[in-house]
Amino acid sequence: MTGQRTAAPALTESTSGTAAVPRFYRVASRREDTADTVTLELTEPACPFEPVPAFAPGQFAMLTAFGIGEVPISVSGLGDNGGGRARRLEHTLRAVGAVTRALHAAQPGSLIGVRGPFGTSWDVASAAGRDIVIVAGGIGLAPLRPVVLTALADRSRYGRIVLLAGARTPGDLLYAGELERWRRDGVEVAVTVDRADTGWSGQVGLVTALIEPAGLAPDNSVAFVCGPDVMMRFTADALAARGIPVSRIRVSLERNMRCGVGWCGHCQLGPLLVCRDGPVVGYDRAAALMRVREL
Amino acid sequence: MTGTVAARLSAQPFFAVLTEAERGALAEDGTAVTFAAGERPFDEGGVADMFWLIEQGGVALDMRVPGRGDQIVETLGPGTVLGWSWLHPPYRWHFGAVARLATEAIAFDAASVRRRCDADPAFGYAMLRAFTPVITERLQATRLRLLDLYAAPSQVRRVSIGPVNV
Amino acid sequence: MHPSEDPAGQSSDQAVIVDADGLPALFEALRSRGYTVVGPTVRGGAIVVAELASVAELPFGWGVDTEAGRYRLRKRSDTAAFGHSAGPQSWKSVLHPARARLWSADRVTGTVEAGEAAEPPRYALLGVRPCDVRAIGILDQVLTGGRHADPVYRGRRDGAFVIAVECTEPGATCFCTSMGCGPGAESGFDLAMTELTDAGGHRFVARAGTAAGAEVLADVPSRAADEATIRYAVTAVDEAAERMGRTMPVQGLPQLLADSRDSPHWDDVASRCLTCGNCTMVCPTCFCTTTEDVTDLTGDHAERWRLWDSCFALDFSYLHGGSVRTSGQSRYRQWITHKLGTWHDQFGSSGCVGCGRCIAWCPTGIDITQEVSALASLQDVAATDEDKP
Repeated sequence: MTGQRTAAPALTESTSGTAAVPRFYRVASRREDTADTVTLELTEPACPFEPVPAFAPGQFAMLTAFGIGEVPISVSGLGDNGGGRARRLEHTLRAVGAVTRALHAAQPGSLIGVRGPFGTSWDVASAAGRDIVIVAGGIGLAPLRPVVLTALADRSRYGRIVLLAGARTPGDLLYAGELERWRRDGVEVAVTVDRADTGWSGQVGLVTALIEPAGLAPDNSVAFVCGPDVMMRFTADALAARGIPVSRIRVSLERNMRCGVGWCGHCQLGPLLVCRDGPVVGYDRAAALMRVREL
Repeated sequence: MTGTVAARLSAQPFFAVLTEAERGALAEDGTAVTFAAGERPFDEGGVADMFWLIEQGGVALDMRVPGRGDQIVETLGPGTVLGWSWLHPPYRWHFGAVARLATEAIAFDAASVRRRCDADPAFGYAMLRAFTPVITERLQATRLRLLDLYAAPSQVRRVSIGPVNV
Repeated sequence: MHPSEDPAGQSSDQAVIVDADGLPALFEALRSRGYTVVGPTVRGGAIVVAELASVAELPFGWGVDTEAGRYRLRKRSDTAAFGHSAGPQSWKSVLHPARARLWSADRVTGTVEAGEAAEPPRYALLGVRPCDVRAIGILDQVLTGGRHADPVYRGRRDGAFVIAVECTEPGATCFCTSMGCGPGAESGFDLAMTELTDAGGHRFVARAGTAAGAEVLADVPSRAADEATIRYAVTAVDEAAERMGRTMPVQGLPQLLADSRDSPHWDDVASRCLTCGNCTMVCPTCFCTTTEDVTDLTGDHAERWRLWDSCFALDFSYLHGGSVRTSGQSRYRQWITHKLGTWHDQFGSSGCVGCGRCIAWCPTGIDITQEVSALASLQDVAATDEDKP
């Protein structure tokens, strides 16, 4: 983003306006992950203004590109939650429209508005004592990365950590460099692509094909699934067919959001307000809704 | 891998729908084989006179595309069967196969298995009941891959401007 | 829920009679307390909600003829000021305005200012029908009853003074009785009035609902209401409940809509629905909004504005390059299912108050009560078919 001033904005709003008014964080670093995806690290706004409350894995922020607009983006890292506040935030995003293109281009030092945290969390802690099964499709790996990091940070609390990731092509695979490190740290990582290029020596096929070879113990697994709607449906159905109870399969839904706090009505999926009752929803609740045409 | 072919067949869920006797009969047409990484079980256009049950390792199906080289279409892992073209004429491979990793498998004499199916319809039906779910699942997965769900919105073709007369 | 209060229970020192010529005093009492009076007035062939400079702007002697897809003013034979059923606007025009600024920020000075461009006035809402009183209560739940309160709504709602006017003449499209929120007002008001225009004169039976209401009422010339007049007013309201233009079968409505997601009926409605969104504009509880970020030419000053939106808009459900709900069927289904069904899941009540505006203002005359009946019949048929051997 060119033309960004370095002056930190002062916030003079009353406390009741907090949910509607962004806090402007600063881009600390920008890393290009794939051709159209970047990971931005945001640091807390300048004193004396409090950062927004800490984010839990699965939650999202409404990020503002100054003067352009706002979009919901899930956190893709654990950040720094000192004192219960989001002092540092990590977001991976893809340039698909005017706002995300602007956010995608944001250089270190520029300002990005943050509102949040909003939505339900993956609730990784509820999987204590069980195997964590993570199935990611495409950029769906981004909201799931905090699940891996949370589990690794408290390794003895959980059983196996299994990560099954599908990407469009090898070049679209997110966090490729980290996957090796996770393998070393005890995550069982299996990766597949829809379409290979000539340099790829890994698996080729739909991500659901990775489920059977993983040899899951359905009675002891909690599944975390994120990706395009259709991919989540087929994946959750495949996991359920293997015997994982639907109440222990969680999906991360996505719908158009203009407010993130239940005022604008855009994010409805039947009875659910995805910003409030989601984005993380148990498949026992989501399955029937995801099957209805144009719901 | 050790053990008789029959025992190794029973250890794999793929042929679970066959009776023990049927598995025993099938085992008579099977031999344990191994492939080193890079070895090619078959090439496109070759005679489809065998099929394999992969026990360990992995095999990639590929196709030589002029101007693009060898394109991998799909990879198969342990527990899956490699090769369907033996099931019906013209009994020719439609794709090629290359071992991705050191692979252990049981190779079956396709012509012999076909004769068994013709002679014993119950056996033949059981074989089809083993194969068809995998074929439909693979087709479904392929259709989903065709949807290109991970594509960015700009990569998805939308409403065209009008009819194209070419 | 029976709309009337027990006449015997209402003691005569609570209710008073205010003559029609006492209305200017009511205006003055409100003005002197800093309120901007908003109420009905005739404009452009309809009775709309607008700021009133004086009592004279009330629609004395005006009534309306409403039916599906029809709304016409007509002259009344009396001088009633509130003898008309719901017009094209509702109190959300004031409490949940069509355009509101959420914040503005300046990159050069480094300031972010929350809130509307100008402090909104404190509104006195004069002539809120019981259906609309309920609608305001519903908006209270939607916009301030959750984890985060909408600051624009809160800013206008907190200072508002509500004067309810009960109904004695329901319109042809009204069905507040079915929805349990009219034609009498039970709560949610500072003052409630019942207009009488019989031989006894043009007067109002008024009662306070809050201390603030009582305080204002004390400044208005009135006389104690006698038992007979009170009973007369109550009876008029009770009888109005029997004369509703329509009924809505509310029994099991949320379940009916949830079960009807794949109903063939949506094709039928879609053949009539223009997806124009009129219903969402006139509905007193439709609250959907969108936001728009704007800058000045330098790009250093940005503002976010919030605007009314409608679930009928094609890009309402825009996601990943296209909309989830593109067909007319899906958009109509979304609106009615939300209003009568999933609103319960989301906000704990129905979203419909039976005001009938959507029926009157639909250009093709789609009737929400008839659509529900059609869905119910189809469910009955389906259930009967299932029982067949």
